[in-house]
Amino acid sequence: MTRYIRRAAVFCGLLLFALLVNATRVQVLYADAYDDNPANRRDTIARYRQPRGDILVDGRPVTGSRDTGEHLRYERTYADGPLYAPVTGFASQEYGTTLLEHTEDELLAGTDPRLQPLPLWNDFTRSRNAGGDVLTTIHPAAQQAAYEGLRSRKGAVAAVEPSTGRILALVSVPSYDPELLSGNGTAARKAWARLNADPDKPMLNRAARQTYPPGSTFKVVTAAAALDAGVVTDLDEPTDSPDPYTLPGTTTRLTNESRGCADASVREAFTWSCNTVFAKVGVATGLADLTATAEGFGFNEEGLRVPFPVARSTFDTTMDRAQLALSSIGQYNTRATPLQMAMVAAAVANNGHVREPYLVERTTRAGGGTVSAAGPGQYRQAMYPSTALRMRELMRGVVEEGTGTNAAIRGAVVGGKTGTAQHGIGNSGTPYAWFVSWAQNDGDAEAKVAVAVVVEDAAASRREISGGGTAAPIAKAVMEAVLRP
Amino acid sequence: MSKAGISLATADPPTPTAPLPRRRGVELALIVLAVLLSVYGYCAVGFARNGAVPPGAAGYGAGLGVLALFAHLAVRFRAPRADPLLLPIAVLLNGLGLVLIYRLDLETPGDEAAPTQLVWSTLGVALFIAVVLLLRDHRVLRRFTRVCAASALVLLTAPILFPAVNGARIWIRVAGFSIQPGEFAKVLLAVFFAAYLAENRGALTYAGRRFWRLQLPTGRVLGPIVAVWLVSVGVLVLERDLGTSLLFFGLFVVVLYVATGRTGWLAVGLLLASLGAVAVGRLEPHVHSRIETWLNPFASIEAGEGPNQLAQSLFAFAEGGLLGTGLGRGHSMLIGFAVKSDFILATAGEELGLFGLSAIFLLYGLLVERGYRAGLALRDPFGRLLAVGLAAIVALQVFVIAGGVTGLIPLTGMAMPFLAQGGSSVVTNWAIVALLVRLSDSAGRLGGRPPSDGTDGGAGS
Repeated sequence: MTRYIRRAAVFCGLLLFALLVNATRVQVLYADAYDDNPANRRDTIARYRQPRGDILVDGRPVTGSRDTGEHLRYERTYADGPLYAPVTGFASQEYGTTLLEHTEDELLAGTDPRLQPLPLWNDFTRSRNAGGDVLTTIHPAAQQAAYEGLRSRKGAVAAVEPSTGRILALVSVPSYDPELLSGNGTAARKAWARLNADPDKPMLNRAARQTYPPGSTFKVVTAAAALDAGVVTDLDEPTDSPDPYTLPGTTTRLTNESRGCADASVREAFTWSCNTVFAKVGVATGLADLTATAEGFGFNEEGLRVPFPVARSTFDTTMDRAQLALSSIGQYNTRATPLQMAMVAAAVANNGHVREPYLVERTTRAGGGTVSAAGPGQYRQAMYPSTALRMRELMRGVVEEGTGTNAAIRGAVVGGKTGTAQHGIGNSGTPYAWFVSWAQNDGDAEAKVAVAVVVEDAAASRREISGGGTAAPIAKAVMEAVLRP
Repeated sequence: MSKAGISLATADPPTPTAPLPRRRGVELALIVLAVLLSVYGYCAVGFARNGAVPPGAAGYGAGLGVLALFAHLAVRFRAPRADPLLLPIAVLLNGLGLVLIYRLDLETPGDEAAPTQLVWSTLGVALFIAVVLLLRDHRVLRRFTRVCAASALVLLTAPILFPAVNGARIWIRVAGFSIQPGEFAKVLLAVFFAAYLAENRGALTYAGRRFWRLQLPTGRVLGPIVAVWLVSVGVLVLERDLGTSLLFFGLFVVVLYVATGRTGWLAVGLLLASLGAVAVGRLEPHVHSRIETWLNPFASIEAGEGPNQLAQSLFAFAEGGLLGTGLGRGHSMLIGFAVKSDFILATAGEELGLFGLSAIFLLYGLLVERGYRAGLALRDPFGRLLAVGLAAIVALQVFVIAGGVTGLIPLTGMAMPFLAQGGSSVVTNWAIVALLVRLSDSAGRLGGRPPSDGTDGGAGS
């Protein structure tokens, strides 16, 4: 019997061996696959077990975390949620993250490897660092001014610092309170359904993620291209352009809102926004040169990130002359984000240099130590410095005596350009009112701010919605907020 | 094989040999270690959860210590030559089980299982002491063969009359207490099998027809094994308790094989077991779904219904990795229902890691090995078969439930010996250890070495 007892014992030993091998399989070999299974809630629980890092505007947190005591413990809160929603985005337990909350998620959640005291430290200790903070470039007064200016309307504002590319304001109206989406309960689900069903799309970041036909504000690009190409050499020389202007190869006649555009000089045409003159100038400049300048400003560029992706602004590169004529005044297929148009104004103010716009000044550990800081960004030459100088003249003229006088600021040099963009089938939609501008204090060496404002107001008559009437005062308020000492 | 066996046997010293030393000091030292380890675990949970030693730490340590001390004294006085590892292993596993249940209680305020488990553990230790004190010689049990068989049958079938709980009819609920009579039946059946087979060993070895290399048993003696098989299948079908039926049948086959040495019995046993398994797996929806889940644990996730218990259990083990998250820092509560009983091992796996889990497996392995060692050293066939049977119960039970929750075999509801919440199970396991202590004491008096093969009749050699 001894032998059989031994054999039975060996059998039990084999069972033990099988258990050990299988435990190794589950706990080591397949562990990563099981850990990464989306149905495994452990990552989610760990993610919400600690307060999330904050997003700061001018040293003040605009986000927070609330201890709910629930299974998923900390929920995101927002101070001035609707005001900063186009910057922060939301951080929801149910619907994920967007915008800065998304691109800076690892840092805010404390999983960014740069937060570790030593490489692989967290893997070894199974700990998670406290969430880091994100310091933005936003200028709170400018942001507030833009939001106030757009109140009860629909539209967007983007403002940048021309010499650096720092984004000073990014506003989209109507907005929403991202805190409504923070949790995972029925309230969050209801808010999500409501916001998604809203025809005004409050969750859309119009300043960076929506493109509009830029209308007459695109004349800044056309004028710069014409000056760079040498098509226009003297701003005050008559351009020999008819009013109305017949689009080349068609019988379609292009007219003006303003009077006195026939044979106007480029300066007069820019000041009073003559479509006919710029359609003709654009055609004379040619598709190749106009495309090159537009792309120099950032049109057609894929993958611009601030650090979240910005919608691509477009300038069509295969057009006949009639289409080119329309494109030269910001119609046809030409589309731009407000941020892109702010970059156009900024380039004029900054000797033709286009700075890559950015939103994050610095990221820090919970204790304040710097994790990363924005370095001197790339820049691109959109036009010759001499051209930029003359463009500044043209834009100042608009504000001092033309369509943009509503943007004039006492004690500051302001340049701007109005725009009224037609859109919709047969141009039946309510036109968008645009204003792009830059400003510098008297005596300063460089411009401090460049702004683009777009108002897509459904309830106003065409006259009232003109760029100078509706958009320029908003731009002025934003510029004043930045210029104010 | 046979050569090795003979050379091993002939190398043994001639019997009788001198008794083994008593080694009670070793046992006491190991018990102290086991109690300290348990208290340490208890404190670790408190530190992880609240940053402080839990308020009950002293009482808990004292309670476990006193229980272990009484058990030790009983062994010291009545079974002085017993194996010194059996009791410390039982104390450590029981203490660790209490720690794990206490740790899970923190996640379920208002549903505390640890105090109840402590009461049951006390009852278990009391039974242990009673068995060690009162049962002076294991051979006395042979007188109760028929009583054992009859009461085992009654205990097994009684729950059929009670309502099913969570799909299985294995509980009796009386006045708020739920008892699993099948647990007690295990020990009784082990006694019955050992006694029956020790008596009828000769008859069962009569060779029947030869099939290839297998010596099949004769038709006449097939009766008992078929009867046990029928009872197992009956338990399975009527009570929907796959684990218990698997355990009983496996126990019977192991003891039968050791008693007769007939590989034919193994073949017949395996054939019957697979027949039963296939038939029940096809026909019984409860069992069928368990097999489906085993084959694809993540099917419910893919179907959009969220992870099932087995998937959650696998997630818990995976989270543990090599070193574990540390006691009190895991999320095995996600398993939900039965996390303190059937799935207790997932908490151990997540919070103690592969190292801790392997240590627990090796503790069980050591317990089983000590049982076999006693069986080897004993001379009387009843004692040997009883030791083997008891060791096999522990081994099979650990394999069935641990293999189930780690996805090695289809999941069957069964309690992890000593670790899992469940009064009947804890009491039964203390009885098993008590019997093993008694058997190892008898073996120790004989010198603790296996006799040569010739002395026990050498059936089938």
